[in-house]
Amino acid sequence: MLKNIASLCLLAFLVTPTLAQGDKPEKVLKIISSLPRTGSANAQTTTMVNGIQLAIDEVHGKIGDYTIVYEDMDDASPQRGNWDPAVEAQNANKAARDERVIAYIGTFNSGASKISMPVLNKAGLLMISPAATYPGLTKPGKGEANEPKIYRPTGKINFFRVVPADDLQGFVAAEWAKDMGVKKVYILDDRELYGKGIANVFEKHAKEIGIEVLGREGIDPKASNFKSLATKIKAAAPDMVYFGGTTQNSAGQIAKDLHTANATPKFMVPDGCFEKAFIEAAGAENVNGSAFITFGGLPADKLTGRGAEFRAAYKKKYNLKENEEPEGYAVYGYEACKVLLDAIPKAKTMDRAGILQAVSETKNYDGALGIWSFDENGDTTNTTMSGNTVENGEFKFVKVLGK
Amino acid sequence: MNLATHGSICETLVAMIVSHAAAAGATAVPVAPVAMGWGDVLSQQLITGVSNGMIIALIAIGYTMVYGIIELINFAHGDLCTLGSFLALTLVGALGMEAWAGLGGTAAVITLLICSAIFCGALNWTIDRVAYRPLRGKPKLALLVSAIGCSFILVNIALFWGGLPMDVFGGGNQAAAPKDFPSLISNENLLGAKSAITVTWRDLFVVIVTVPLMIGLTWLVKSTRLGKAMRAVAQNPTAAALMGIDVNRVIGSTFLIGGALGGFASVIYALYNNTISFQMGYRTGMDAFTAAVLGGIGSLPGAVVGGIVIGLVRALSDGYIEARWTNSVVFGILILTLVFRPSGILGAKLREKV
Repeated sequence: MLKNIASLCLLAFLVTPTLAQGDKPEKVLKIISSLPRTGSANAQTTTMVNGIQLAIDEVHGKIGDYTIVYEDMDDASPQRGNWDPAVEAQNANKAARDERVIAYIGTFNSGASKISMPVLNKAGLLMISPAATYPGLTKPGKGEANEPKIYRPTGKINFFRVVPADDLQGFVAAEWAKDMGVKKVYILDDRELYGKGIANVFEKHAKEIGIEVLGREGIDPKASNFKSLATKIKAAAPDMVYFGGTTQNSAGQIAKDLHTANATPKFMVPDGCFEKAFIEAAGAENVNGSAFITFGGLPADKLTGRGAEFRAAYKKKYNLKENEEPEGYAVYGYEACKVLLDAIPKAKTMDRAGILQAVSETKNYDGALGIWSFDENGDTTNTTMSGNTVENGEFKFVKVLGK
Repeated sequence: MNLATHGSICETLVAMIVSHAAAAGATAVPVAPVAMGWGDVLSQQLITGVSNGMIIALIAIGYTMVYGIIELINFAHGDLCTLGSFLALTLVGALGMEAWAGLGGTAAVITLLICSAIFCGALNWTIDRVAYRPLRGKPKLALLVSAIGCSFILVNIALFWGGLPMDVFGGGNQAAAPKDFPSLISNENLLGAKSAITVTWRDLFVVIVTVPLMIGLTWLVKSTRLGKAMRAVAQNPTAAALMGIDVNRVIGSTFLIGGALGGFASVIYALYNNTISFQMGYRTGMDAFTAAVLGGIGSLPGAVVGGIVIGLVRALSDGYIEARWTNSVVFGILILTLVFRPSGILGAKLREKV
C-alpha cells in the first residue's frame, strides 16, 4: 500500500511539470539571456539587460497573441568572478529543454559562446550575441581550421551577432596604433578565446603595416600584480603595450603596474575593457590620456537616427542623469532583442525553426546601429568602430575607425 | 632575508652608476622609458621578488603557526586577509584618508595597519572559537572541511562587502569588480627620476613593516611565557594540559597572532598592489600555503624562507621565462623540493613545530 502511494506520488511529480508547461504552451514566447551577472562585468550586463527589457517594453511585452516572457540568466560564478563554463553549459541545456524558449541572447564572452553554441545548435534554437566577437565563432578561415564547423553539428547556422567581429577590431586597432606614430609594440593576452584571438589579429596586422613586435606573451590573469612583467616590458622599451583581454582578467592591474613602472607611454585594449569597471580597477590616474580603447561600435552619445532615439528612451526609462551614459554594450543588448522582436511577426511558423528562419533573413534592417543585414555566416554587415581614450576618469570618444 | 634585500639594493646602486649614461632623457610625464641594461632588469626583478615574497611570507606564517599547533591547514586564512584589506579600504573611504597629506599619510598607514591587525586577529580568534574548537579531538577531516566552509563564508562576506554604497567601492553597484586602492604611499623613485632602477617607498615599506614583525614574532615564540606554552602545546597537547597549560587559550592566542599578521599583510598587500578584490585571498592564500609547505610547514623561519623563495621565483619566471609558465615553475620547484626534502627546506632541521 505504502509502495503504491509512493509510486503515485512519484507519478504525480513526474506529470506535474508537463501539465504546468502544457497550460498555455502556444501563447508564450520565451527569451533567455545568458550574460555574466557575478563579477566586474555585471555593470555592463545590467545595461545590456536594460536594453533587452527596453526593446520588450516597446512592444508592451506582446506580439500578436503571444506574450513575450524574458528570463535574465547569469553565466558567471562567484568562484571564478567571471563567466564559468559549467554555468554556461547549464544555462544552454536548460534553454534547450524548455520548449517555450525561442531565442537565447548571449553570450558576453566568446569563450562562453563556444560552450553553448553546439548545444543550442542541436536544439535548433536561435542565438543572438550582443558582445561575443571572436572571429572563429562564425567565419571560416579566421579561426582554427575546424571552426566554425564544430559549433554547428547540424550544419545549420543558428548563431548571429549584432557586433562586428575581432578580425575587424584587431585590424583597425593596429591601424590606429600606426596613426598615433607607434613603431614598437609589446603584445599581451589573457589566454582566453577572445583575448588571444584579438591579440593574434592585432599582431598579424601590426607586422603587415611595419610595426615592430617586441614581444608577445600570455599572462596569468589571477596574479596579484604584474610588476615583474612591467620590468621586462620596460627593458624592451615599446611605444605601446597592447593587451588582448577583459577587465575581469586584470586589465586594470596591468595598466596600473605598467604606469607605475613607467614601462610604456601608451596602453591599448579592446572592447572587453570598454566599461567603467576598467577605469575603476585601474585607478583614473593610471589611465588618463594613456589608455586607448577600441570598441566595435560607437559610444551611446555618438549614435544617430534610431540609435539616438534609443539613447533618449534608455536615459528616460532608467533615470540616468544628464551627464550619465549607458555603458557601451547597452545598445547591442537592445539591438539583439529588437531585431528578434521585429522578425517574429514575419515568421511562417511560431516555433524555433520559423523564428530562426525569419531572423536569418534580416536584410537592410533599420536599427539603432544604423542600416545593416546579417550575412551568410550570421555576422552583422556593420563595420563602424570607434577609438576611445580616458579623460578625467571618463571614456572619451576620439575618432571613428576603419572604413 | 635581511641579507637578500641588502644585496639587491647594493646591486641596484652599482647598476645605477653603471647605467647612468644611458639613463638620460627621462623627466616629466609621459616619460620616455629609461633604457635598462640586463643588470638593471635583474636587480629590479629581485627587488620585486623580495617585496612580493615578504607579503607571501607574512601570510604563510599564519598557515604555518596554525598547522604547527593543531595540524590544521586553515584554508580560511587567505580569505581572512581579503576581509582585512576590505576593512582598510572602508576606513580609507570613511575617514577620507586620501586627503591626509605629509605626516598625515604616515598616520593613515599606521591606523590602517593597526585596525586591520586587530580586526583580523579578533576574527581569526572567533573563527577558531566557533568553527574549530568544538571539533577538537574529532577526526581531522571534520576540521579541514570546517576550514573550507569558513573560507567560502569569508569570500561571500567580501563579495557582499564590496557592494557597500561608498565611492571607494565604485558606488556599490559592482560588488565583484576589482577595487582600486588609493596610493597612500608615494611611488616616487628613491634613486631619482633618472635611474633605470626603481626603488620606491612602497618597496621599502614592505620591508620596514615585515622585518620587525618577523623578529618580534620570533622573540615571542622563543622567549615569552606564551611562546613557551605554544611550543609545549605544539609538541604534545595532552602533556601540556597536564602541566597546567590552558590548551584552548594557547590555541586561541595562536589564531589571534596569526590573524593579526594576516591583517598586517592584507594592508601591505593593498598598499603595494593598489588593487583588492574579493577573490584575492584565494591566490595569495595559495601562494602562502605553498610557501609554508616549501619552507617546511610548522616552521616559522621556513615560512619566511619559503615566501621569499616563491616571490623570487615568480619574479624571475615572469621576467625571464614567460608569465604563463610561472605557476608551473613554482609548483615544479615545490614538487622537486618535496621529493628530495619531504619536510620542506627547513622543516627537518627543527624539532619543535612552532
